[in-house]
Amino acid sequence: MGYNAFQILKEGLTGNKGWRPVWRDPEPKSEYDVIIIGGGGHGLATAYYLAKNHGIKNIAVLERGYIGGGNIGRNTTIVRANYFMPGNSEFYSHSLKLWESMEQDLNYNTMHSGRGLINLFHSDGQRDAFARRGNMMCNQGDDAILLDRDGVREHLPYLDFENHRFPVYGGLYHPRGGTARHDAVAWGYARGADQLGVDLIQQCEVTGIDVKDGVVQGVQTSKGAIRAKRVGIVVAGRSSQVAAMAGLEVPIESHILQAFVSEGLKPTVDHVVSFGMGHFYLSQSDKGGLVFGGDLDFYASYAQRGNLPMMEHVMEAGMALVPALGKAKVLRSWGGIMDMTPDGSFVIDRTKVDGLYMDCGWCYGGFKAVPASGWCMAHLMAEDTPHEVAKKHTFDRFRTGHGLMDEEGTGSQHNLH
Amino acid sequence: MRINCPICGDRDRREFYYLGASDYLNRPAEGDLDAIHKYLHIRENPAGVTKDLWHHEAGCSSWLVVERNVTTHEILGVELASEVAK
Repeated sequence: MGYNAFQILKEGLTGNKGWRPVWRDPEPKSEYDVIIIGGGGHGLATAYYLAKNHGIKNIAVLERGYIGGGNIGRNTTIVRANYFMPGNSEFYSHSLKLWESMEQDLNYNTMHSGRGLINLFHSDGQRDAFARRGNMMCNQGDDAILLDRDGVREHLPYLDFENHRFPVYGGLYHPRGGTARHDAVAWGYARGADQLGVDLIQQCEVTGIDVKDGVVQGVQTSKGAIRAKRVGIVVAGRSSQVAAMAGLEVPIESHILQAFVSEGLKPTVDHVVSFGMGHFYLSQSDKGGLVFGGDLDFYASYAQRGNLPMMEHVMEAGMALVPALGKAKVLRSWGGIMDMTPDGSFVIDRTKVDGLYMDCGWCYGGFKAVPASGWCMAHLMAEDTPHEVAKKHTFDRFRTGHGLMDEEGTGSQHNLH
Repeated sequence: MRINCPICGDRDRREFYYLGASDYLNRPAEGDLDAIHKYLHIRENPAGVTKDLWHHEAGCSSWLVVERNVTTHEILGVELASEVAK
């Protein structure tokens, strides 16, 4: 079913009774060419691009819960390409281009909004670092504008510019950055994949991965055994557990990241604003809720909720930057489980098991990567060679120390990102 | 979350710095690169009970081995790292 304005008008006038489920609910077949474990944004995008770009038709996505119930529904929806390190830079640049064509490609309103993103800086040294980052972004073919204090004031008049600890010196403006509706991204890719013949199998937990003589044979699930020549593990948040089913050890520690939404307010915050020194970022959803968050809680956790000290820290940072926030009430808070890698960058790679591939380690930046992650994972699984923009994202970089993508320059060790 | 420091007693989580899995106590021999890679990067990362190293930096400055359920944040036991490493 395609969507168009005429259909929306017609359904609106006839009580919206004509809408039908947009993807099937099939039982698993006994064998597929490709199985993707994980029906989150990345898994769905992988299946979609496997079918669309590589012509593979016999694909299943196995999801333990329901489509859109994991981290794709638990993030703060920010889309950007302001990375610095070779490897990340070209990957996220590719991803942003895919975001900009996604709605036409999927015929689905993912509410992508290139509303602009501003990273604030608060010292001369930080200005230099951001100028350098901006140049890197321009060299990559993306957009970056260095704003001075008055430039920031034009965009963000509601900040406390005279903050004594971190006075606002300026900001790096990334006009094409912005947000998208996170659930719609999952639904759009799910619908697109289903239309290309992909079986989306929900409530189907993978309980084992069958490996014989170093070659993957298929998976064991709560709905029985399913054979496949190629299997992709795309389960960021539970990567260690699923990898262990195939005897793999991964360089991942799971951490909790909290986020918050205020009650609905009139349009106030037009951009995405990040206040790195306070570990705080802010945007406003189309429903009017202020969406904001901070840093990890900084201890290993699989609980999808955090602790109060980080909540207090985020609120303090928010009040320091935007004192008016104190008038708003926090409506909800939640936590998501992050696959943290030592260098803070992700992995899309083969494993030591033939036919078994992993897409993992998204740290706290998986949402903006959804399209390119699917694109590159699909390429890797179809061609058995890494895609050009993701070829640096190997497991081996941690062992050798070559090609680490430590975006923050803090070191390649757990608990530093 | 509160951690019962063997020296200072029951204290707020904010007094402690988290380092990571207590595997850090088992330092491999120099020169064995694969073992060092595993020591530094590879994590068992269970979704259940873990033993982690925490530093009581705003208290007695002891390194502690904290046994914790990471799906519930329940603290199951706390020992001095110096005792565990003996």
